[in-house]
Amino acid sequence: MKRIYTIEDACIGCHLCEIGCITEHSLSKDPVKAFLHEKERPISRCTVEERDGGVISLSTTCRHCDEPDCLRACISGAIQKNAEGVVRIDREQCVGCWSCVMACPYGAIQRNLASKKANKCDLCPDRETPACVDACPNRALVYREGSQK
Amino acid sequence: MNYVIVGNSVAAVGAIRAIRALDQDGTITVISRERHNAYGRPLISYLLGGLINEKRMSYLPEDFYEQNRINLLLNSEVVAVDSVAKKITLASGDSLPYDKLLLATGGDPFVPPISGLADKDRVFTFTTWDDAAKLKVISQDINRAVVIGGGLIGLKAAEGLNLLDKSVTVVELADRVLSSAFDRPAGKIVARKMKANGIDVITEDTVVSIEGNGREITGVTLKSGDFIPCDTVVVAIGVRPAAGFLKGSDIEINRGIVVDSSMATSAEGVYAAGDVAEAADFFSGQKNPMPIWPDAYIQGDIAGTAMAGGTKAYEGGLAMNSIEFFKVSTISMGVTNPRDPSEYEIHAFQDIQNYQYRKIVLQDNRLVGAVLVGNVDRAGIFSGLIREKIDMTPFKESLLLPEFGFINLSREIRDQLFAPQGKTSDTGRTQRAVGH
Ligand SMILES: Cc1cc2nc3c(=O)[nH]c(=O)nc-3n(C[C@H](O)[C@H](O)[C@H](O)COP(=O)(O)OP(=O)(O)OC[C@H]3O[C@@H](n4cnc5c(N)ncnc54)[C@H](O)[C@@H]3O)c2cc1C
Ligand code: SF4
Ligand code: SF4
Repeated sequence: MKRIYTIEDACIGCHLCEIGCITEHSLSKDPVKAFLHEKERPISRCTVEERDGGVISLSTTCRHCDEPDCLRACISGAIQKNAEGVVRIDREQCVGCWSCVMACPYGAIQRNLASKKANKCDLCPDRETPACVDACPNRALVYREGSQK
Repeated sequence: MNYVIVGNSVAAVGAIRAIRALDQDGTITVISRERHNAYGRPLISYLLGGLINEKRMSYLPEDFYEQNRINLLLNSEVVAVDSVAKKITLASGDSLPYDKLLLATGGDPFVPPISGLADKDRVFTFTTWDDAAKLKVISQDINRAVVIGGGLIGLKAAEGLNLLDKSVTVVELADRVLSSAFDRPAGKIVARKMKANGIDVITEDTVVSIEGNGREITGVTLKSGDFIPCDTVVVAIGVRPAAGFLKGSDIEINRGIVVDSSMATSAEGVYAAGDVAEAADFFSGQKNPMPIWPDAYIQGDIAGTAMAGGTKAYEGGLAMNSIEFFKVSTISMGVTNPRDPSEYEIHAFQDIQNYQYRKIVLQDNRLVGAVLVGNVDRAGIFSGLIREKIDMTPFKESLLLPEFGFINLSREIRDQLFAPQGKTSDTGRTQRAVGH
């Protein structure tokens, strides 16, 4: 399956992937409206980490693991893996227990404290390429078939 | 191949998925004495408290049993296993043959002998959907409840009753709540939050007798001599592996059913997984029951793989809990409260006023445990670092940073842990893919 690859050396820490993600998962799909006017503004599903004042940065996100620790830990069954291998959270079913946050070794699940729902990358079901990948001006995120090399 | 699985909860589900990944043709029979399809057992307090409805209890997509071609026998209890003739006997008297048998029967609530308990009506346990439903039915008549036990299940029962506006007192023998998962500061923070929300917590004491008139409860007497008036008692001391029905079989049982690293028991073709099993601990390798949900799933997966002819080895159970009380998130994992602190290096940060606490436990420069209260974001990175046994020497100092992340590790480790395909198991052992 296709996954998102992070090219650390190409990341300039601009956080545009996060903005792309929030916009895609907003109601309006418009960044200004999403940030200023939407009551339940989504939170980003990718996380840009920075160190030494931004000298080093990288964007991290869900790996859609073959054996997802998040799924195994989820007490409500909200996390399921579909036939294509995409791991998604059903927001209705989620009870906000954060067991998935505890279990994911990639730190790839966020707590949305406003809605008390867990949040993770869903590989943008309505798009050809995930929004974060399209938003990156420096091609630090690449969407391609995974090699097991 | 004829697979029979006793129990229909998370360990069974892990096994079903693993079996079907390797064997599409075998018949799978799942037997449960409960009347429900698999449900989120830890959700029963949310159900009691009215936070979720019955529909959200179901753990699986509606078509799961059909998709996986499961013969599901609900309301059926297994009363004996004959591992020589390879058959099991049901309470109805029927027997069923098996080629491979999985015992995933979980735990039974433990009820200690307490004077006055046996002849009272409103004494409950709190481990099943039906337990929660029973409490819910009588909840209009509850004025004051006493919960015996301040572990996970007791606190959950107390929370559910509190959500229904009942006054609740928790009585705990140890010096703090959640003593197995938490250290003192974390236990204190949770107890403080509970008290602020109207749940009374009494520690270092226990209930010695339940008082009343006839079948009715009027209160409980504590070891200290104190009397607490109440009309309902919930016994939540813990669970014991549900292995009683194996008496007389040749399956080795210690505290739980003893299993090896493939979840095989001492009897040929018989496996055990989840709360009923006694498997190796991640750190010591010593065998003990580990009654937590994620571990039950993993053990079920390993057992199912072995039953269907695959090989995968259990890397040992790592204790971990994520519990939220009145909006204070807590996550604890691994060694949180070492008995002999001199062998460990401990770093901690606390801001009790704001319900923030962070503690990191290292042994020989490897991360072995963590407690996070308040800001629990990205806690899973710690569980990954524990499992990978990474040498933390160069970045020890950054472990307490609230924004701790992969960026604090060395480039080499980052590349190794951060491979895009995530965890794979093509070597048979669950491990993380290396390299890009
Ligand atoms: C209130 C509560 C809250 C919890 N919260 C958490 C939490 O937040 N996080 C966490 O990690 N864990 C939590 N747990 C623990 C978790 O639920 C268990 O670790 C997990 O359910 C174990 O799964 P299992 O598949 O081994 O067995 P179980 O879920 O116990 O299921 C075993 C099944 O087998 C059936 N059975 C038993 N004997 C027989 C027989 N002889 N014949 C037929 N059927 C039989 C039982 O009726 C039951 O349906 C909680 C538990 C409770 C009770
Ligand atoms: S959230 Fe974490 S554990 Fe779950 S699939 Fe993504 S990377 Fe894997
Ligand atoms: S927070 Fe939601 S998705 Fe995560 S484990 Fe809990 S119920 Fe499952």
